[in-house]
Amino acid sequence: MWIRSTLAYRVSFALTALGGLVVTGLDFVAILLMFAQVDVLGGYTLPEVAFLYGLSATSFGLADLLIGSAERLGRRVRDGSLDTLLVRPAPVLAQVAADRFALRRLGRVTQGALVLGYALIALDVDWTPAKVLLLPVTLVSGAAIFGAVFVAGAAFQFVAQDASEAQAAFTYGGQTLLQYPPTVFGKELVRGVTFIVPLAFVNWVPAAHVLGRPYPLGLPGWTAFAPPLVAAGCCALAGLAWRAGLRSYRSTGS
Amino acid sequence: MGSARLYTAVAAGGFRRYATYRAATAAGVFTNTVFGLILVYTYIALWDERPHLGGYDQAQAVTFVWLGQALYATLAIQGGGFEAELMERIRTGEVATDLYRPADLQVWWLAADLGRSLFQLIGRGVIPFTFGVLFFPTALPDDPLRWLLFLVAVVLAMVVSFAIRYLVALSAFWLLDGTGASQVLMVTGMFCGGMALPLNAFPGALGEVVRLLPWAALLQMPADLLMGEADWASVLAFQAGWAVALLAVGRLVQSAATRRVVVQGG
Repeated sequence: MWIRSTLAYRVSFALTALGGLVVTGLDFVAILLMFAQVDVLGGYTLPEVAFLYGLSATSFGLADLLIGSAERLGRRVRDGSLDTLLVRPAPVLAQVAADRFALRRLGRVTQGALVLGYALIALDVDWTPAKVLLLPVTLVSGAAIFGAVFVAGAAFQFVAQDASEAQAAFTYGGQTLLQYPPTVFGKELVRGVTFIVPLAFVNWVPAAHVLGRPYPLGLPGWTAFAPPLVAAGCCALAGLAWRAGLRSYRSTGS
Repeated sequence: MGSARLYTAVAAGGFRRYATYRAATAAGVFTNTVFGLILVYTYIALWDERPHLGGYDQAQAVTFVWLGQALYATLAIQGGGFEAELMERIRTGEVATDLYRPADLQVWWLAADLGRSLFQLIGRGVIPFTFGVLFFPTALPDDPLRWLLFLVAVVLAMVVSFAIRYLVALSAFWLLDGTGASQVLMVTGMFCGGMALPLNAFPGALGEVVRLLPWAALLQMPADLLMGEADWASVLAFQAGWAVALLAVGRLVQSAATRRVVVQGG
């Protein structure tokens, strides 16, 4: 329904999709501006940074496309319109995800995929079957990890109703963080996004294997193949948080 | 004198309105601190590679990041604040009622937005900035006079920011839908406002152009004034010049819009 409603205004859809592509493409332009001044950043070259960027932007884009609407949950809790979703015979989470499902978010996926494509052409990698297989696995797992963060953030909004902006620190902030090599950041920060909110498995760890770089925090080599496990764990935890949040929900009443 | 009291009350209302949402303010503080952390590390890596990029040393680059996070919401660098509401009122036609009020449309919104800015400076700006100063090497002056001049520059930046967003909001008279205009505001704010990279670190002719645009008055000029990289008189003159020019254009566009306005709805 939401797809049909946006496609009804074709020109407007095309313009907003294009605009979205430009807006999301900007953080990569910012990286290009930096590389106009330097050859390496944190020891990584432009194609390597583009590889990190492409992986995280594509998986973030996929997660945002599927469940990004969960950001709006706080408003629904505040104005009580969540009640409407509760009485419908469909899972609430699915309804929240489909709420104002915006096809224009495809712009973000497209842009991430374009940068990833550039990186794959520009990089000089000794491809092995394992490395080739790792790419799609990483993208899907990354999308699942970001998706779990979106759901956990939505669950948090049951408690803190007008604090939806805190979620941005983990979603958009996380995506910004992952655009840069782990060598840039302080140890404590890297530890935090590896063990507490395991965003490092979205791209840093698998990319270390593909690029033949040292692993962040000196993690063992097999962790490059751990993203699916990490993603499954994140989704399970986010699911629990969502249930707890939904159970604690009290309507605003009137 | 009566109108001065009216607009002061409007500004106080703008302040109180944003002060009501405590959880939202706390969330904003948290988000600005996290983004500041991420940016600071990338800037440190960048300045490690190219010391004195754009004439800044590393401590100055770090200070620029935290000033940016402190002023991000205050100056609505990528939008936010009154313009969405005004665009909505224009779209629905409610603006017609506003035009009949015994108050000037532009000054009314300016007062409300200054109130909002002031709250965001105190509520959302101070904490991320203090965090940055405590945990990272920064380049801040001891001279209280310089801080005072910096505050004047911030107030002028608020006015320039308002004037830009007022023009964007008025575009709704012709476009009706504000999505595209808001997107343009985000893009220009990020690049020309110096949120992506300090404007003095932009390469070549691109750098020279962005430093002359009104967005340079938002973050770059006050930061340079505070860190002693620019002469205070030229900074304030640059800001005041853009403020007057943009407010005047806003008035012209406003009178053109109200002459041709077709009110929506019944």
